[in-house]
Amino acid sequence: MNNELIVTSSPHVRSQDSVKKIMWSVVIALLPAVFAAVYFFKARALSVILAAVVGAVLIEYIFQKIRNKKNTIKDGSAVVTGLLLALTLPPSIPLWTAFFGSIVAIGLGKQVFGGIGQNPFNPALVGRAFLTASYPVLMTTWTVDGVSSATPLSQMKMEGIATDTWNLFVGQIGGSLGETSAIALLLGFSYLLYKGYVNWRIPLAMVGTVFLGTFAFGSDPIFHLFAGGLMLGALFMATDMVSSPTTKLGRWIFGLGAGLLVVIIRL
Amino acid sequence: MKALTFKQGIHPEYNKELTKDKPLKNAKRPEEVIIPLKQHIGAPLKVLVKKGDQVDLGQKIADSDSFVCAPIHASVSGTVKEIRKVTDPGGNIVDAVVIESAEEDRLNSGLEKHDSLDKLDAAEIRNIIREAGIVGMGGAMFPTHVKVSIPDDKSVDYVILNGAECEPYLTVDYRVMVEKPKSIVFGLKALMKAAGASTGFIGIEENKPEAIESMQDAVNDEANIEVKILETKYPQGGEKMLIEAILGREVPAGGLPLDVGVVVNNTSTAAAVADAIRDGKPLYERSISITGRGINSPQNLIYRIGINIGDLVEEAGGLKDNAAKVITGGPMMGVAQKNLNIPGVKGTSGILVLVEDEVEEYEPSPCINCAKCVDACPMFLMPTQLANYAKNDMVDELEEWQVLSCVECGSCSFVCPAKIPLVHHLRLGKSQVMAKKREKN
Ligand code: SF4
Ligand code: SF4
Repeated sequence: MNNELIVTSSPHVRSQDSVKKIMWSVVIALLPAVFAAVYFFKARALSVILAAVVGAVLIEYIFQKIRNKKNTIKDGSAVVTGLLLALTLPPSIPLWTAFFGSIVAIGLGKQVFGGIGQNPFNPALVGRAFLTASYPVLMTTWTVDGVSSATPLSQMKMEGIATDTWNLFVGQIGGSLGETSAIALLLGFSYLLYKGYVNWRIPLAMVGTVFLGTFAFGSDPIFHLFAGGLMLGALFMATDMVSSPTTKLGRWIFGLGAGLLVVIIRL
Repeated sequence: MKALTFKQGIHPEYNKELTKDKPLKNAKRPEEVIIPLKQHIGAPLKVLVKKGDQVDLGQKIADSDSFVCAPIHASVSGTVKEIRKVTDPGGNIVDAVVIESAEEDRLNSGLEKHDSLDKLDAAEIRNIIREAGIVGMGGAMFPTHVKVSIPDDKSVDYVILNGAECEPYLTVDYRVMVEKPKSIVFGLKALMKAAGASTGFIGIEENKPEAIESMQDAVNDEANIEVKILETKYPQGGEKMLIEAILGREVPAGGLPLDVGVVVNNTSTAAAVADAIRDGKPLYERSISITGRGINSPQNLIYRIGINIGDLVEEAGGLKDNAAKVITGGPMMGVAQKNLNIPGVKGTSGILVLVEDEVEEYEPSPCINCAKCVDACPMFLMPTQLANYAKNDMVDELEEWQVLSCVECGSCSFVCPAKIPLVHHLRLGKSQVMAKKREKN
């Protein structure tokens, strides 16, 4: 025996999970959606994503430095926020806007509350809400390669045109970067589910509510499942650990409430 | 048959292969024993010997008139050298009798031997258990005769023996189940008779097939005793978890197994009861697993109460160079020791030595609200919230959110990705609530 014996309180073994592992797994889980975005929107998507991620990481670094706290870049949570925000943005958004959105997301959405774990809302959503309020036009221009295309949801709402469900599921539709391919999102989500890093109750309750709700009001429920940001919102936003409930019942209720909101907004 | 279990809980690595196939053998007889005079939950004892006295193996050396207590016996024949303070494995400073061993042991416990239970009634059995100083050997050290003394307004249907041994690494109960199944069954029948229970169950986790087979053979001819196979999950051996798994009964918050007509004991405790009744042998020795990657030759030993833990470690080949932490008990609920100079007591079921790479020092980061602790807690508490209340001295909230139901199993701390020492905060929270309760009374 070389050193003094270590004395700490029980338990003396811990699971292999860490915040870092969880956050980087979320990053991995978002990669299919990122690839889908790049596939459909080409280099444009990549630049928007990079702008948002760099903004998020940079501001996280600066804030932690100012507050004299440990550098938390490596825990991956800023990357997650940057990615999530980027996936809610339209591909045509100016890069500085994406960058700025991330700064607001981390700055206002997370750091002002004291950093990781303290935020009452999902930081990415704070960023998105801010951008929508400040730059409504930029945020709702869904142009790809100069050709403006309405999103399936607005087509449905305004003109009653339903997009082919298969297209919605696989991708190739107008909308934000992350909305394009439901299958990419589901793929990433299954990875998290497999790792045990995500609650399935919230998304199930939310998606189920939207399905039943839209069906009850005579709309095509399948269409609503795969259209718009529902998948992204249900699978990756509503399940944000920090801002969602910890009890099982709480998660059902939370998912139900979120689903109802979607139904009300859409119909 | 589908393995039975409780809701929630965790799956740590079990690491039982280190000692699982090492048969129990007697540790070297110590030249001196230091026997702490408090090895039970309950009233303190009065010492019955003084310096210079000759004592025999199994002779009672401390007792009390209180109901909730368990007497203590000499674990060697020899001479009382002194009575002095000692630090026990729990970190408490207690009086202890130091006995220098004589050349030979002479068993002289004053307990009669009974080949069968037929001529003993419930009260007589309880009395033998008491006189033999038997306590819960899983670690809690609650006097066993108290457990099977059923108040007039209550009745007991079942005695459950805990053979789950859900603490990782430990293989003591396992070895006893493989090697002395008949003793366990005899002890179980004694406990059933003492408690007035009609049926007995032995719950064993499914990762111990040899123990299951051995116990099943032993209960073949017993109409009222059944082996129940349990899922391998921590803390399956907790009283409330066993009752939930085997009977589907839920012990009310703040209540006892007795409230749902059940008494739970450890398999090794049952074996000790059999030894007391059949051989007139009080609880002066017990089995222990000396294990972990930091020990040279892990094994299962039978040791005399009051032996120096360091001697047991030596007998198991000593510590390796990279040994970093020595724990009495298992890794989930055991106590880390500063040094090896402490006596083994009735509840010491293991010495676990971890090596340097196994003892990462965790720096807690803020809670990310992932709810893993909530999903793990077998008592359905909200560890994250309770830990916050404890940190902020919010005693009323602690009480309202049932901090006292916490069984300190450590599942919450185990799963927490932010490495927050939740159970540590909860323990402090519990003592805050207890302190407030005492103030009120
Ligand atoms: S709160 Fe108590 S009972 Fe629940 S997991 Fe933690 S230590 Fe175990
Ligand atoms: S497991 Fe740890 S990080 Fe997760 S909710 Fe509980 S305390 Fe917070």
